[in-house]
Amino acid sequence: MSEMISGLYREGEKIADTKAPTDVPLAQVWEQRKFNAKLVNPANRRKLSVIIVGSGLAGGAAAASLGEMGYNVHCFFYQDSARRAHSIAAQGGINAAKNYRNDNDSVYRLFYDTVKGGDYRARETNVYRLAEVSAAIIDQCVAQGVPFAREYGGLLDNRSFGGVQVSRTFYARGQTGQQLLIGAYQAMERQVAAGTVKEYPRHEMVELIVADGRARGIVARDMSTGEVKTYTADAVVLATGGYGNVFFLSTNAMGCNGSAIWRAHRKGAYFGNPCYTQIHPTCIPQHGDQQSKLTLMSESLRNDGRIWVPKKAEDCEKDPRDIPEEDRDYYLERIYPSFGNLVPRDVASRNAKNVCDEGRGVGPKIDGVARGVYLDFADAINRMGKDAVSAKYGNLFDMYERITDDNPYEVPMRIYPAVHYTMGGLWVDYDLESSIPGLFVTGEANFSDHGANRLGASALMQGLSDGYFVLPNTINDYLASGPFEKLDANAPAVVEARDEAQARIDKLMSINGNRSVDSFHKELGSIMWEYCGMSRNEAGLKLAIDKIRELRKEFWTNVRVPGKSIGELNQSLEKAGRVADFMELAELMCIDALHRSESCGGHFREESQTAEGEAKRNDAEYTYVAAWEFGGDDQPPILHKEDLVYKNIELKERSYK
Amino acid sequence: MNVTLRIWRQNADGSDGALHDYKLTGISEDSSFLEMLDVLNEELFARGEEPIAFDSDCREGICGQCGLVINGVPHGNEGPSADQNTTTCQVHMRHFKDGDTITIEPWRSTAFPIIKDLVVNRSAFDRIIQAGGYISVNTGAAPDAHATPVPKQDADRSFEAAACIGCGACVAACPNGSAMLFTSAKVTHLGLLPQGKPENLQRVTDMLNQHDEEGFGSCTNIGECAAVCPKGISLDNIAFMNRQLAKAVFKGL
Ligand SMILES: Cc1cc2nc3c(=O)[nH]c(=O)nc-3n(C[C@H](O)[C@H](O)[C@H](O)COP(=O)(O)OP(=O)(O)OC[C@H]3O[C@@H](n4cnc5c(N)ncnc54)[C@H](O)[C@@H]3O)c2cc1C
Repeated sequence: MSEMISGLYREGEKIADTKAPTDVPLAQVWEQRKFNAKLVNPANRRKLSVIIVGSGLAGGAAAASLGEMGYNVHCFFYQDSARRAHSIAAQGGINAAKNYRNDNDSVYRLFYDTVKGGDYRARETNVYRLAEVSAAIIDQCVAQGVPFAREYGGLLDNRSFGGVQVSRTFYARGQTGQQLLIGAYQAMERQVAAGTVKEYPRHEMVELIVADGRARGIVARDMSTGEVKTYTADAVVLATGGYGNVFFLSTNAMGCNGSAIWRAHRKGAYFGNPCYTQIHPTCIPQHGDQQSKLTLMSESLRNDGRIWVPKKAEDCEKDPRDIPEEDRDYYLERIYPSFGNLVPRDVASRNAKNVCDEGRGVGPKIDGVARGVYLDFADAINRMGKDAVSAKYGNLFDMYERITDDNPYEVPMRIYPAVHYTMGGLWVDYDLESSIPGLFVTGEANFSDHGANRLGASALMQGLSDGYFVLPNTINDYLASGPFEKLDANAPAVVEARDEAQARIDKLMSINGNRSVDSFHKELGSIMWEYCGMSRNEAGLKLAIDKIRELRKEFWTNVRVPGKSIGELNQSLEKAGRVADFMELAELMCIDALHRSESCGGHFREESQTAEGEAKRNDAEYTYVAAWEFGGDDQPPILHKEDLVYKNIELKERSYK
Repeated sequence: MNVTLRIWRQNADGSDGALHDYKLTGISEDSSFLEMLDVLNEELFARGEEPIAFDSDCREGICGQCGLVINGVPHGNEGPSADQNTTTCQVHMRHFKDGDTITIEPWRSTAFPIIKDLVVNRSAFDRIIQAGGYISVNTGAAPDAHATPVPKQDADRSFEAAACIGCGACVAACPNGSAMLFTSAKVTHLGLLPQGKPENLQRVTDMLNQHDEEGFGSCTNIGECAAVCPKGISLDNIAFMNRQLAKAVFKGL
């Protein structure tokens, strides 16, 4: 075994993606891969079964597509209906290289913007394919009846998003995610009626079954009855979304969790870039300590709103309308004159944190610091008129007022960055297959397409691209060598996985300590936000690792889970299992953040900055994906590096000045 | 602020449930209704009692998972006009007065069996969708999105129907326990689009048959459903559906 590095991890062998053909030009890679992939004849498909965990855009679309193809699909999700997966909450829109605006957009430009936006830490081949299939996503969704915004001529409308220079974003008012998900959900329910898909609502995956080195099933807990059961299949797909809830406060839904991917990681699936977290700049600030989650305000607000804080700390408690122009600091316009308020998410977020840390934040104080900056529409109202502002942003203003009780037409909004999306996830190859054969990972749950930072309107695109177009064309290559020998319910791998899951549940129920699960989750979240959030340094990360280890120890000796584990719904127990997994994942996130001592994307390492205080990437040392292998309980993880090879794009400094 | 909560507690469908009183102090006016329940649950935990089960997920008013009857009104009655209606997760404590007594109950309908306390099973809605709430198109070979223009007016009306989040408040508010608002929203969403038209009549018959089979009651135009709908789904959708139904009956479907 290789030497221990900083007492925390070991370095293993390098890895590479072997599925994307390397001997053809980028634009032919996907075509070539599809051609090389083995097919399964329609009559044989019904003999093959696939378990899909997750019914969001990635899982729902995959379930519908694989069902249509004739495979035997079993889809598990924790909500009461597939339509409620977290994808439903996406507001802004979905990108596609349709060039409907004749503004010089192209597959290549979408590819280029996405790689650059990800700070050159994503894989070229995967991102190119994403751009390539993007146009077909829109066609597919329209055919399903997704009511995208239209113009008077009856054609689709577009807008621009997140500072890109073309209008390639398709949207359905502020409900794009909802409408796309309803499309996928309906397609999936059609397959349920046709008998190709069976759905399992209120079922949580608690363990992965690996037999003879292959993923062959899952252990799931029926949340209504507490029953723990095993389900086997020829392949398993995880489409379980992101793990941003490790921070407790985030824009994610309450139930979002990292359990499925973490359980798979423990069984051998590598975890790619765990520390890559996206912080979204325009969320409603925290109101107090009873807060359960944070609400995102669409980034489109930055098109017309101006962001500022008082120049002097002593003005911060004044009514903002009483602060004259000359005493306001429009800091983004000042520091980044050419992009101004439209700088990318990571830059906007970091600068908001900086001014608040300087003591110039506004709004209620949390732990002694006011964490909020103004997003002011006064100029826009003067320029466009109140009605025009309302036509464009009315629903967002209403939502803001409902939550904060402030009227943004009169008083500037207050916003602050919040955890929003995780670019890290299980490592997958070009086929979306993890390092465990037969285990595929799609959507936010995998690491592949966004690099160190995600541009707006690209996650929805990735979820649907994976679910409708990529997985259905790659999983057959694996399934063609199936059906695999039937795995008996008494087979050792199945029994073992089930026993492991049951033992964890029994252990959680038996501790009977003094603290609630939520109290642990909150404490973990504040450690992560403080030391592994928007800005990080070596000492802080090391401290965080110690704190997490201590907290984990306390959790396993002092948590109390009320209620019963069997026979009835037990929400405390559900949360306990998720928080237990977050505790382990959090440590890996910190180790990953510690080892990557460069700044890139949303990951700002204080030790790596330019003279002007901007993020400084280090391409010579860090142009790789960090793929972590589980080292065993209380054993250090093993780092495998996948070099990122850029054949088509020249690595450049991202500058927005 | 301080409130008294009267909360329905029940173990599983069939077993007896009852309202229980809880006093709660120190609630921030800025907290949401569900955050207030989180605080109550932490307090119950500290007292060694079992927390109250209730559903929620996105807490942004869009997933449709939450839903409580607050003081007799599904999702609560936050403001004077119907467009003030919202999901339970977007109700805030500042709309209550210090010292208020608030009654909290689950959705009540025979088609939505109670799982525990305030959590009900709404799978009947999924089965209505399975009966025909989709457009029959397979993945992979759709025509270019611009091949079929949709008049903006139809697109907008279709969108408004598509905004239904399937929360079930309409059923909980209806004295007949009817799910016509939900069903008609889907019929209208798909029925107004050229892509959905070929299946319109079959869709409406199949979905309505399933609706009845699930044990939802019939619609007698009371309008309570639209009055509580958090997404403003209007009664016009029911009229649209009835016209489709008449056509279907005429064709003998
Ligand atoms: C408020 C908000 C706004 C956003 N806006 C945009 C936008 O405008 N544009 C954009 O491109 N992106 C946006 N995003 C990001 C985007 O919505 C998500 O990244 C994407 O929808 C994730 O899709 P998914 O299918 O991978 O996962 P999800 O939709 O999160 O689905 C996860 C599924 O897995 C299931 N699941 C999870 N864990 C388990 C388990 N252990 N057992 C069983 N089932 C499990 C869940 O039940 C669910 O069905 C937004 C995100 C948020 C939070």
